[in-house]
Amino acid sequence: MGVGIEVASLNAWYGANHTLQDINLNIPANHATALIGPSGCGKSTFVRCLNRMHETNPIARVTGTVRIGDLDIYADAKPVEIRRRVGMVFQRPNPFPTMSIYDNVAAGLKLNGYNNRHVLDEIVERSLKDSALWDEVKDDLRKKSGASLSGGQQQRLCIARALAVDPEVLLMDEPASALDPVSTSKIEDLIFQLKSQYTIVIVTHNMQQAARVAEKTGFFLNGRMVEFDSTHKIFTNPSDKRTEDYITGRFG
Amino acid sequence: MVAPLLAIFGYLIYKGASSLNWAFFTQIPKPEGEVGGGMANAIVGSGVLLGLASLIGVPVGIGGGVFLAEFGRGTKLANAVRFTADVLNGVPSIVMGVAVYGLVVTPAMPFSAISGGIALGIMMIPTVTRTTEEMLLMVPHAVREAALALGVPNWRSVLSITIKTASPGIITGCMLAFARVAGETAPLIFTAFGNSNWSVALNRPISALPLEIYRYAISPYDDQHRQAWAAALVLVVLIVAAVSLVRYVASRGVLKGAS
Repeated sequence: MGVGIEVASLNAWYGANHTLQDINLNIPANHATALIGPSGCGKSTFVRCLNRMHETNPIARVTGTVRIGDLDIYADAKPVEIRRRVGMVFQRPNPFPTMSIYDNVAAGLKLNGYNNRHVLDEIVERSLKDSALWDEVKDDLRKKSGASLSGGQQQRLCIARALAVDPEVLLMDEPASALDPVSTSKIEDLIFQLKSQYTIVIVTHNMQQAARVAEKTGFFLNGRMVEFDSTHKIFTNPSDKRTEDYITGRFG
Repeated sequence: MVAPLLAIFGYLIYKGASSLNWAFFTQIPKPEGEVGGGMANAIVGSGVLLGLASLIGVPVGIGGGVFLAEFGRGTKLANAVRFTADVLNGVPSIVMGVAVYGLVVTPAMPFSAISGGIALGIMMIPTVTRTTEEMLLMVPHAVREAALALGVPNWRSVLSITIKTASPGIITGCMLAFARVAGETAPLIFTAFGNSNWSVALNRPISALPLEIYRYAISPYDDQHRQAWAAALVLVVLIVAAVSLVRYVASRGVLKGAS
């Protein structure tokens, strides 16, 4: 099951660049939350702070607290433990090119030392079914490389890979921006189904997408979170003038 | 590119093929001046020397490349290692032979297969290191991020993901280094020394095809000249065969669609 996320006084830097300034928000469990805003507004940096991927860049720095469920991720745990509980899907599909479809899905478990073949088979099948890819690949699981699939299939493979380690939260950084409309709609359907089991945070440039999949939406601008409310309110009656300007297309 | 290769091959076959016979592969050299005999000891000796060289050059070279690309990036030590590898690559092979002679060949460890293997192994290191580094740096950042985002520790991600993704290029680098030292003569003169008798003992002088080619080519006997040509042909064919075999074995595990 998903858990809620509480972010308090979060600040992040790339070198001298203060990319996130004093972010406070509560992301509800088992819902999809969309983050919108113009390029460079800090929304990607924000999700990368939720699984401590931000700090993998040597010049990056973070302060503040992030609680995922009852875990204070910057105080109580190691990055690798958090990343097993908080899955991530990236903008461009990034399957492991030398691995079979099966091994891609099983990678998170295998590389953490889990080797029970029987259980792995079950988890791989369940994850591929949950990511709506099973029927397309079930005959080639061990024969084909993950890189041989189409872009949309690769992205669903990456979702299956993230689900296989049984996370509580799924972060998606513009997961459909490199995909065609048909693949995009498949990913959106998937998000709709997955949010009953996981807390989903999705960064998107596409406002219709945010409106379609998310209950809550946050608007980021210049490293600050301008507004966070129900998606319906953000798109119909935003409280802040800047939010209104953005969603009506006056900038960004 | 193709013309010189064909010219070399054609001339080697023209001069060497006629002297190839069963005895060449099964017998050891006859005493000076006698006709016949073979180079079985040199063929096996080359195999032993190259095996020893690979045991040293491949792990040390790959280890160096992994350090440069993954763990030491941007550090002073990494710059020093990279500079050393480049300088080592430029050391003339005869100097390498003399240096190993001075440092390794002692009364306790006389001319031997081991010292020859060390000289060839050291010569392999820079090529293996630099190709390993370049191939690892070509692995997309997105692939590393994918592994880290699954909660895989960095060292594990490097070993199981990055190196595996780069492995076709790394194997090519190892084969380049192997093929290069397979024909080296100068480093062996002062180390492996050569041996006209049957010997595969690691602590004794050992024969090698390049050494025999050199020795026979400057000898006064026609029969030895012919055998030198045959040995040159065999050496080239064996190098091509070894490289092809490794490539074939390495490519068998590759899946459909993997780049």
